[in-house]
Amino acid sequence: MSFEERKRKRSILYYLRRDYQLWLLLLPAVIEVFIFHYIPMYGIQLAFREFDYSKGIFGGEWVGLKYFKQFIESYSFWDLMRNTFVISVTSIIVGFPVPIILALLINQIRNQLIKRGLQTTVYLPHFISTPVMVGLLIVLLSPNSGIIGKMIKLLGLGEINLMGDPAAFVPVYVLSDVWQHAGWNSIIYLAALSSVDVELYDACKVDGGTKWHMVRYIEIPALVPTMVVLLILSMGGVLSVGFEKVFLMQNGLNISVSEVISTYTYKMGLLSAQFSYATAIGLFNTVINFTLLTIANQIARRTTGMSLW
Amino acid sequence: MKGLSFKGISASDFIFDVIVYTCCALIFIVIAYPLYFVVIASVSDANLVALGQVTLYPKGFSLYAYKKVFEDERIWIGYRNTIFYTVVGTFVNMLLTLPAAYALSRKEFTPRRIILFYFIFTMYFSGGLIPTYLLIKQLGLENTVWVFIIPFSVNVFNLTITRAYFESSIPPELYESAILDGCSHFRYFLRIVLPLSKPVISVIMLYYIVGHWNDFFTGLIYIRDKTLVPLQLVLRDILISNLVFKEGMGMGGEAGGYAQRYADAIKYALIIVSSLPVLILYPFLQKYFEKGIMIGAIKG
Repeated sequence: MSFEERKRKRSILYYLRRDYQLWLLLLPAVIEVFIFHYIPMYGIQLAFREFDYSKGIFGGEWVGLKYFKQFIESYSFWDLMRNTFVISVTSIIVGFPVPIILALLINQIRNQLIKRGLQTTVYLPHFISTPVMVGLLIVLLSPNSGIIGKMIKLLGLGEINLMGDPAAFVPVYVLSDVWQHAGWNSIIYLAALSSVDVELYDACKVDGGTKWHMVRYIEIPALVPTMVVLLILSMGGVLSVGFEKVFLMQNGLNISVSEVISTYTYKMGLLSAQFSYATAIGLFNTVINFTLLTIANQIARRTTGMSLW
Repeated sequence: MKGLSFKGISASDFIFDVIVYTCCALIFIVIAYPLYFVVIASVSDANLVALGQVTLYPKGFSLYAYKKVFEDERIWIGYRNTIFYTVVGTFVNMLLTLPAAYALSRKEFTPRRIILFYFIFTMYFSGGLIPTYLLIKQLGLENTVWVFIIPFSVNVFNLTITRAYFESSIPPELYESAILDGCSHFRYFLRIVLPLSKPVISVIMLYYIVGHWNDFFTGLIYIRDKTLVPLQLVLRDILISNLVFKEGMGMGGEAGGYAQRYADAIKYALIIVSSLPVLILYPFLQKYFEKGIMIGAIKG
């Protein structure tokens, strides 16, 4: 005990001297994160203040919840909530199962050359930048000159401007996202599949199980923990539809369904310079996301015993 | 093993395999064809592409679009800027991430749990767009090259996978014997840890490079000066805002419809030209990135 006490007493100076090199290695990153992540967090108080140009993010009159009220009472509030919610929930419903199915399919391929070739192909679109991705959609979907636009015409569905039709916005957004990222997102499931115990397969074979039985009773259960974790994480993003792609897909024709919280924040904050108002919208968004993440985490813990924290 | 499963193949397994391979073939076509089409359309005659004549292979071979792309100085400026931001930015990223990951990987370093939490917390909670924008403005980084290099140069995901790698793949005995020889942390980190960590260094370096190359947001928010714009912003102007010809052609009307065909050809070529560096890196990415996700999956 007395040794423990002595150890605790000498602690701070002793450890600082012993670990000063580690501190020096760590310090640049700690400072960087402090400046660019923690100072903006402190700047959230701007949501409750009147922005003052002379004081920047640190000053201004307190106005309480004025800007939150302004947002909730604004005529675009319900449209924004609906658009954001529809896009993200559709993305989860459509985008969540595809990587799982893809991983199960890829895992079935025994020929290594075909397997690698398929993997190389399905991961590739992930590295396309958002402007290029949206540019691709525009040229390929064009009803006059795009190859996919022409195919739709051939199928007898008429000349549809998929990039302008409000009804097509969510399907185009979600399906192109699946096209771009499902392959990449399957990697984590493939990793989980590669760690399945080989003896399970042998046992299944001995019992006369078919390949489908192996998928149904060995592989899918092996993926459940990963599924739960990823589903919880996606719940935390229900109100944060990625800014870039929606922003780049927006045009005058589809704005009624494509204006989401993040694009609205950008327009209010940076284009109209309503800094306090836009900060309040951003905070509103973050708080709802954090709450949903916590709720999803609790539900998962209760029902499956698995959770993030 | 192979022969056995071949002989013992049952009807249901056969149907199963047929379904699996059919699905895989369909997935392959759905993903590969649009990409392949961009390649063949970029080297075909613009009129034939617009008429839908080009489907399986290039027709009326023409490098007109590439010529136009290389004549456009906006693209050169964007390319030059992005190469600079990527090279210097990635260097700074590595300079901050690797030493911090090493310090956090030392088990005897008592505050490491707290500091790790300090980093990870920023993945779930942030100040949001406006406070960040105002801070960067106040720091005088707005509309300078530094905004691409200094802010957010530590990616927490990359930091955690690097730390996990240092912790699990460098044998602790190495440190014990090095310290007996009077080796400092600095020397040990530079001479022993880094040379042994090529896989993880490659992974995070490639992640950072692709991140810089594809970065559109930073340019959109912080850059006003035309000479500083990154490539992705130029791509937005040309591919999405349809400002293909600087004279403003390709904007509708009869003559516009004709010009639009050439505009589309230029877009196909531009997509290829702008993605080339990432395509060149792709074989390396392919080799290392799965490893990165696996390390990340073990301890996130």
